[in-house]
This record gives sequence, C-alpha cells and structure tokens, in this order.
Amino acid sequence: MMTGFYIVISANNLVKKIVGLNVFQTSVFMLYISMGKVNGGTAPILVEGVTTYSNPLPHVLILTAIVVGVATTSVGLALIIRIKRAYGTVEENEFENQDDAI
Amino acid sequence: MLEQHLATLPILLPLIAAPITLLLGRSLFLWIFATAISALACYFSWQLLAAALTESVLSYAVGGWPAPWGIELRVDAANAFVLLAVSALSTLVLIYSKDSIEKEIDSSKHTLYYTAHLLCLAGLSGILLTGDAFNLFVFLEISSLATYTLVSLGSDRRCLTAAFRYLVMGTIGATFILIGVGMLYMNTGTLNMLDLANRIDIYESNRTINTGLAFIMVGVSIKLALFPLHMWLPAAYTHAPSAVTAFLASTATKVAFYVMIRFIFTIFGWNYVFEEMGMDLILMVLAIVAIFKCSYMATVQSNVKTVLAYSSVAQIGYMILGVSLVSVTGLMSGLIHIFNHALMKGALFMAVGAVFYRVGSVDINAFKGLGKQMPLTMAAFTIAGLSIIGVPLTVGFVSKWYLVTAALEQQHWVVAALVLAGSLLAVVYIGRVIEAAYFQKPPASRDSNQVKEAPWLMLAPMWALVLANIYFGIDTSLTTEAARSASEWLFQTSAIAAASSVEVSQ
Amino acid sequence: MGDLIDLVLLAMLAITALQMIFLKDLFAVVMLFGIYSFLSALIFINLDAVDVAFTEASVGAGISTVLMLGTLALTGRKEKKSSHSSILPLLVVCITGAALIYGTLDMPPFGHPNNPIHEHVAPRYIEESPKEIGLPNMVTSVLASYRGFDTLGETVVVFAALIGVLALLGVRRQEENDVPESGFKAHHVLHVVARFFIPLIILFALYVQFHGDFGPGGGFQAGVIAAAAFILYTLVFGLSRAFAVVGPKFLQALASIGVLLYASVGFFSMYKGGQFLDYSKLATDPIVGQHYGIIIIELGVGITVFAVMLSIFYAFGSQAERSNIQ
Repeated sequence: MMTGFYIVISANNLVKKIVGLNVFQTSVFMLYISMGKVNGGTAPILVEGVTTYSNPLPHVLILTAIVVGVATTSVGLALIIRIKRAYGTVEENEFENQDDAI
Repeated sequence: MLEQHLATLPILLPLIAAPITLLLGRSLFLWIFATAISALACYFSWQLLAAALTESVLSYAVGGWPAPWGIELRVDAANAFVLLAVSALSTLVLIYSKDSIEKEIDSSKHTLYYTAHLLCLAGLSGILLTGDAFNLFVFLEISSLATYTLVSLGSDRRCLTAAFRYLVMGTIGATFILIGVGMLYMNTGTLNMLDLANRIDIYESNRTINTGLAFIMVGVSIKLALFPLHMWLPAAYTHAPSAVTAFLASTATKVAFYVMIRFIFTIFGWNYVFEEMGMDLILMVLAIVAIFKCSYMATVQSNVKTVLAYSSVAQIGYMILGVSLVSVTGLMSGLIHIFNHALMKGALFMAVGAVFYRVGSVDINAFKGLGKQMPLTMAAFTIAGLSIIGVPLTVGFVSKWYLVTAALEQQHWVVAALVLAGSLLAVVYIGRVIEAAYFQKPPASRDSNQVKEAPWLMLAPMWALVLANIYFGIDTSLTTEAARSASEWLFQTSAIAAASSVEVSQ
Repeated sequence: MGDLIDLVLLAMLAITALQMIFLKDLFAVVMLFGIYSFLSALIFINLDAVDVAFTEASVGAGISTVLMLGTLALTGRKEKKSSHSSILPLLVVCITGAALIYGTLDMPPFGHPNNPIHEHVAPRYIEESPKEIGLPNMVTSVLASYRGFDTLGETVVVFAALIGVLALLGVRRQEENDVPESGFKAHHVLHVVARFFIPLIILFALYVQFHGDFGPGGGFQAGVIAAAAFILYTLVFGLSRAFAVVGPKFLQALASIGVLLYASVGFFSMYKGGQFLDYSKLATDPIVGQHYGIIIIELGVGITVFAVMLSIFYAFGSQAERSNIQ
C-alpha cells in the first residue's frame, strides 16, 4: 500500500503517478476485502447445505470503489494527454522551467 | 407526494438533469433548463430548512430499507442550512455563467460545462444530505470528478496542470477517507453515521478507531484545503474559468468543512475528538497559521484571482478556528461563516470575472482606473471586499463578531486579538485592488471605449449577492437563528450519543 | 493450504509493487500494474470475493491498463531522472505507514466469525436477503437493492468520467476523407480470429449481465466486457469502421439513457407510493418487484458502463490518430 503512495508522491512522470494512485487504491481494496473474510466461509452466493458465508457488504463497497477508481484514472490520463500537447512534456520537473505550473 | 420525498429532491433533480442536458445538445434552452433545475433545487432546500427548523430531524430511507441496512438521508438544521447556501449560489452562478463562459470556454464545450456543473451540484447535495459514511464517499467522488472537469475547462493551459494536481491530491484525500471509514467499519460493523456514533463509544481508546479518525481528518483536510494541505487550491482557483471559481470558492470547501463537522460532532462525538485526542489544539494552531500565512501570501500576489484564492484558504482558517474553540458560539460562528463567506467570495469572484470579460486580464495592473470605467462592478467588489475585512453592516462583521465573542467566552484573549490582526492583512490585500481601481489612471494602452460596464446578466447575480451581504449584515435573525439551532443541535446529539452509549456499555 | 497461497500471492504483490518504483521504462511499469491487478484479483478470490475479483480483473487489469498504454503511446515510454530529493516523500509515506500499522494493533482478528462486522449489519443480508429479495447472490442483492443508492451514485461517477474525458479530449468528427488507415488491415489472421471472437465476447457479456443475480457478475462487469469486444474490433479494423458500427454521438446518448433508466425505476417506485428505489412496490408481490427492479437497474448500469468505457476508448484512440497525422 505504501509503495503506491510513495510512487504517487515521488514519481516525476505523471503517468507513473497515476499508476501509483491505482496501486494505492487497490491496496485499500485489499484492506476491505480481508475484513470480510470468515474462516471456513464461502463466497456469499446461496448454496444448499452451506451455512457460513463471508460478509457480502465489503464486497459491495469495493465493487463501487473499483469503478470510482477507474473513473478517476481515465480523467487523469485524459488530463495527461492534454498536458503533453500543451507543454510537450509529462515530467514534473520540466514544468518548473516553463511558467509556474505544478 | 412531494412533501414525502422532499429530502431526496435536491440531490435527484440535478442528478437526472445532468444526463438530460447532454441529450439536449447546445442551445439557449440548455442554460434556461440548468438554471431552472438549480432554482428548483434551491426552492426545495429552502423548504427542507423550514421543515428541519420545526421538526429538528427528517429521515428518509432510500429503497425502503430501514437505517443500518439501507442508506439513509438525514436532514437537520445544520445540513439544510449549508444546502441552502450551496444551491442558492449554484443558481446565481448559473445565471452569471451564460455571458461569462461565452468568453472563456469554447462554444463546443458549453453543454459539457452545464452537465458538469449540475453533476457537481448533485454531488455536493448528496454529501450534505446523506447519513451513510460510504455513500458520502461516493458523492464526494461525483462532485470531485465534476470539479476536475470544470477546472480543466479554463482557457489558459496552466489550468491543466492545476487540475491534474487537484486530481492527485483529491484522490489521495478520498482514499484516506476510505481507509478511515474502513477502520471504523471494521470495529463497528456499520456504515450508518448515527449507528456508528452509537457503537463507537463502546470502544473508548481503541487504537484502530483513533487511526481511523486521523485518516479521515487528514483526508477531509485535503479536500478542505486546511493550511499545510492547501497547495492545490490557489492554482486551481486561479486558472479555472471565472464562473467555476465563483461556484467552487463559495461551495466546495464549505461542504468539506461541513463533512469535518459531521465527523467530529455526529460520529465521533466532540468530547472524544477534542478532549481525548486533543484535536482542538492542533486545529487551532493550524487555523491561526493558515490565517496569517495565507493572508500574507494574498498581499504579495499580482493576479487578483490568486489573491482571492489565498484569501479563501485564510477564511477557511477562521471557520476551523471557530470549531476549535469547542463552544456553541464558536461552532455557530463557523457555520455562519460558511454562509457568509459564500456570499462574499461569490460576489468577489463574479466581479473579477466581469473584469476579465471586459478587460481580458485579471492582473492587478488591469484593474487600474476601472472605478470609473466599470463603476457597478467595482462598487460590488468594494462592498464585498469590505465584507471580507469585516466592516460593520456587512456579513463579514457578523461572522467576526461571533468568532471574537466565542474566543472571549473561553478567555482566549490572544486568539481574539489575532483574529482582529488577521483582518488588518485583509485590509491590505483588498485595499491594493481598490486603490488600483479608484486612484490610478487606466493604462494608456487600453482603449477606453471598449471597456464598459459588464452585461446585466453578470451584474444581476453579483449585486444580488452584494445586497445579500448587506441585508444579512443588518438583519442577522435568519442566519444566526439557523446557525445557533444547528450548532446547539450538534452539541446536544453529540452528548446524547455519548450518554446512550454509556448505558449500552453498562 | 489457503494461507500458503495467500502468502505467496502477497509476496508476489509486494515484489511487483516495489519493482514499479525503480523501473524507468513506463511500458514495463504499466505491465507490472496489470500483473499487480491480476494478483489482487486472485487474492480476492481466495478471500471469497468472487464478484470483486471479476471486476478487478476486467476493470483494473483490463480497461485501466489499456487506457494507460494508450496514454503512453502519446507521451513516450521513458521516465527521466528525477532531480528533486526523495526524502520528504519517503518521510510522509513512513509516517502514514506507521499510522496504518498502529491502526492494525487493535484490529479484530482476521477471519474470526465473531468480529463486529459479521455480527452487526451483515447477518441480515446473509439470512434475510434470499427471502426478502429472492436472489441467491447476496452481493447483487445488497448492491442493487439495500445499497441501491450507492450504485446509482457509482453509475453517475462513471457518467461524470465520460463528461470529464469528453471535455478534455472530445471525439473527432467523422470526416471520411482524412481518416488515415488504422488498425491492422494486412493481418488476415487477426481479422479471422477477431471475427470469431467478438460475437463470443458479446454473448459472454450478455450472460454476465443477466446471470448476475445467480452467480458472480452484473451490470458493471458485463458493460466492461461488452466494451472490450468493441475495443478489439476497433483495434483490428480501425476507428473509422468502428464509428460506422457504433457512433460516438450514439454512445453519449446511450450513456445518458442508462443513468435515466436507473433513475426512472426510482421515480416509478415513488409514483407507486414507495420510497425512492423501493423495488417492492413495482409489482404486487414484493419479491417479484425486487426482481424486476434489479434486472432493470442492472441493465441501466450495464448500458452506461458499456457506453462510457467505449467512448473513453474512442476519445483516446482518436487522439492517437491525430498525433500520427501530425
């Protein structure tokens, strides 16, 4: 989880930042899913003869969160394409030379 | 039938109107449609506030499922009050934006502008009304995505990098909130805010919950642009189109502030956050540093939009300061300031947008001599500026008055003095602009025939806000009554939740 | 055994993530991200979250990776040496990491059936939802009915992403003359294989869409898979032919209609005297009503996700073509 977070903050390339953001989020998903697990349980789909199921609620939340994540990613990537066209670079430290961006 | 579903309407109207605007395509009708939807949402939130003040709490179970299982919308005086400010500002900004975006946004993107604006409004209303911690995250993301889009519509290319930075920071903030909510969920098994509040106190001094609180606070602070985490805000506000800045500056951070209040008072309980965790001291220090650092930054900028953006961060400091005083009056001053700051910053950014519309620049040099050339716009700027400073008979004075009173109630003489000193810095940065406008000659290069008063569609909402500044500055009964009952209510429920949980644990 | 698999997968996950920091070749970084997503999906399966694993595999490893590769095609694949120091970021990350570890100290034990989350709200979902809603897949029941408002919000998030991408990139108008040759015109093998696969993928998407009530799957996954079929078509036959099959304007309309379909179910239940999104009111028998409601809203979700994903891909694709011309 922290790796992703580190990539977001430290990466110089904007695409890499977005990748880091995704890694960061995926790890948070893992946190949620792991708490839904019940020892000896099965996937929360009704089957005859099974009485222990894992908790479906974290699964639902993370389904939502994954979709939210991909939405953010696509907007971020679209921004990067526009930045590339406007500035000719996607390296963070190269903006500082041109006006006061980022 | 409408009465029964009142709580859902401010969210649902803009939510379904957004896809419809995309279907309608480009036309004048679009502008009328979007404005009408926003005005309707505003009307319903007015009714909600009236209902909340008489009945105290309205609860609506979406999908017909009762609270901890389904998602609940909860309306009380606090969120109805903020909702009214948000939807009213949205309506005024939409009226204003017809002419403003003509100039600043490419005409092929006007449809997308209105769609994104409505999505943002729906998201903000959802954040305010929902009673479910995870649902809050979903609506937060709706409004954030719409906001990134709106910021990136600016005409300058720097809006792109500003939007990107905003996107990265905003997503980190949202993910932090997600981690925090996950930690709370892990220990309580519920996501409903009220249910969370009841079950949290059983686990006094649980380290996971403490960490959850810390993550949520940091996440919300990013969204709120609280001092050390404010770096995304000045760039985003400077380079976004003027109408967008006017909308965001007066609503988005306010909603984040509300989220913070909600988490502190409704979920965790104020005595837990402030007395056990010592959050009040941290917040107070950050708030004071924010007021001075950012007010100072505002005085040295040359772009007037940047000046106002830094001023916004400083004003957020005043709101947080109110909360950190931990008293009914302090919280009340914070809530009043949400409403009042929306009025003044909305008017200021609209005036700056009008200047951009006529002059084509918002550098402080462009303001020279505008006092004569655009008298109505600059008069609006001046009055709203006086309000930021806190001159009597304006709303700014009301906010400051209650803030200082709250500080004095708690014997915080130093804080009260610092608040007044912060106002002096506001005199400097607002004064620079006013001085340029009234006491300097227009630059020779400017063709004085071209620069005339802004169109009336821009002036009308601007002056509506200015008059509201004065009206609510003189007749304070509505705002103070709503804010007082809201803050008393928040303190009460916090106390009740704590008391009831003690019974449960025994 | 299960624990061992988990440990191995987690170790691989950590290695993949660490490797991403040091690699400067962005193409490799994106590929590693795809692997990372896929490994996560495997762990999710091991933790009984089959629906989530399905989504992660199709969205994380599929769509996100495709979009990232599309971006790389436009921005170049090398990361340059960073000039600023990496001490401050490291410090921030360490503090956050320490906070997280501190937070885990009082965490309820892993997998214990008496943990608060298994005792408070969830039992109703597990015990009652097959009776109240009549679907064996509890995840679908909770997603579509108990927390239907979240899912509406999520559909709107996807819609908002479309608005964002359109505002930033737009989709080039169809001008038949200057459309360059794109796709793999010369590869007959690809053509034949693609022709064979695309109908199968769409069929699979439909299966996932309508079988989501019983097994893993539902609107999101189906939408993404259907979009993948068209993405394959676009890659092989070129954008202009894809535009002829499904036009961008049509897709935008479709995305709006999906959201409206979802919302209209809510309004219809209001009209019938229930709360917003109360499907029980849709038919005289509440369980039948729930069933109708879930099928319609899943369809709305599927339509929106399909239309948005494909539109976003179109937008990225036309950017790539534009830069090829220049």
